[in-house]
Amino acid sequence: MSLLTVTDLKVSYGGIEALKSISFDVRKGQIVTLIGANGAGKSTTLRAISGLVPVIGGSINFDGREITSLDTSKIVSEGIVMVPEGRKVFPNLSVLENLKIGAYLRTNADEISASIEYVYERFPRLKERHWQMAGTLSGGEQQMLAVGRALMARPKLLMMDEPSLGLAPLVVKDIFRIIHRLRDEGITILLIEQNANAALRAADYGYVLETGRITMEGEGATLLNDPKVRDAYLGHAKGKKSSEPEVK
Amino acid sequence: MEWLERFFPYILAGLSVGGQYALIAIGYTMVYGILRLINFAHGDIFTVAGFIMVYMSATMPLYISIPLTIILTVLLGFTVERVAYKPLREAPRMSIMISAIGMSYLLQNLMWYVTGGLAKQYPVIPFISDSIVVWVTTTKIVTLVTPVLTIVLVILLQQLIHHTKLGMAMRAVSRDFETAKLMGIQINSVISATFIIGSFLAAVGSLLYFSNYPTVTPTVGAMPGLKAFVAAVFGGIGSIPGAVIGALIIGVSENLIKALGYSTFSDAFTFALLIFILLAKPTGLFGEKIIDKV
Repeated sequence: MSLLTVTDLKVSYGGIEALKSISFDVRKGQIVTLIGANGAGKSTTLRAISGLVPVIGGSINFDGREITSLDTSKIVSEGIVMVPEGRKVFPNLSVLENLKIGAYLRTNADEISASIEYVYERFPRLKERHWQMAGTLSGGEQQMLAVGRALMARPKLLMMDEPSLGLAPLVVKDIFRIIHRLRDEGITILLIEQNANAALRAADYGYVLETGRITMEGEGATLLNDPKVRDAYLGHAKGKKSSEPEVK
Repeated sequence: MEWLERFFPYILAGLSVGGQYALIAIGYTMVYGILRLINFAHGDIFTVAGFIMVYMSATMPLYISIPLTIILTVLLGFTVERVAYKPLREAPRMSIMISAIGMSYLLQNLMWYVTGGLAKQYPVIPFISDSIVVWVTTTKIVTLVTPVLTIVLVILLQQLIHHTKLGMAMRAVSRDFETAKLMGIQINSVISATFIIGSFLAAVGSLLYFSNYPTVTPTVGAMPGLKAFVAAVFGGIGSIPGAVIGALIIGVSENLIKALGYSTFSDAFTFALLIFILLAKPTGLFGEKIIDKV
């Protein structure tokens, strides 16, 4: 069953078409990834779903409801929550306040406290540092906080924009472990990554985005072994060419 | 002790006028903190509040006209934001600044139009206009009430900003509009709340300030408005404690200069201070420290 259905979505910024009619599905309980080069329109897609950029055509359907062009806060209350690129924790708020502000639209104080405990259980480091200003955390800790903050909104669909960007390989491994665990707990995940290899390994299903269009789709493992995908996004990891020096 | 006796009345007056500057300065600094905009119309809102009080008190008893003045001033601040700034949310910073200057002139000219440019008698507010003997000097009760009321309001404001949901949202919005939206925060409501708080404090400041003077004219608010702006820059624009401390320092300094017999230079001092602080420490006393870490 599909949780999110995007049909013929068009977005343009200042006369430039960022998305030229893309369609894709996110099935409930899966990790779905969009991969593609810089500027292919991955971030734009997430921002359009969240209502941060105006949609000029097509439709976005979530959980059986039309959400195209709704206000961002309405979309959040429907259950679509984004972990933005570059983490974007509020540096001038404490770790605890960052979590509380993730639950901004919720009102039941007891349930919010329970959610804070739930996040602390998953990220003990955040509990240790709950009083610290978020701006003083390391990059990896900030990413944990950004994910924790998003969980505070009790998402049905968690959208993650480049969660591994700028993080050490060990931390990246951690992040992907967390993504799997969240999926196993029933949260559907839409993941955007430049690190196509890691994303396709983690994902149940993937789409390849090229200059505003979807050019390929398939199960994570299938795409991972597709020669065209390997050629374009995975840097010929096992191919012959990798041993040759790059000559232009 | 003799020098203290001599300067005491001036220090007292300085703390009082400083408190009034502070109540205006908070409006400048809070709006800057959220919109990165110097709200040039803020000083005029302060003056308009004086006229609203004049007209309200002409027909209504004080216990109605005072709260009504505050409510109408708040409504004016809210409307200014909705009409002149909200439509320019996505526009370049320069456009919204020009709009603020335009709003300032519009309010000034409206005051000229409505009053005909004549000085209007400001009502005498009993109790706070009464005289009182403090140690070696006689002063109006408002002189004592102002600093106390200012401190109480600032403490309440700090509680609001650091310990309520609205305050948390304000701090978040002041950092990052887009991420705040992703939390479900409605940016426009938070910005409106900021203008409402700023106008409320300006209205209170206006009541305290004008009760020291017999009349109000359309231009009389320009100087305190400008000095409050200097106070906000001096304290570090964006910082509320900075604005309050800056305002108190300016108020006391001005009066001490008068005590030394250089009354003519008291205004010049304030603006010299502005030039000095912009050259020496442009972020002001408590200016934003950037603690971004990647």
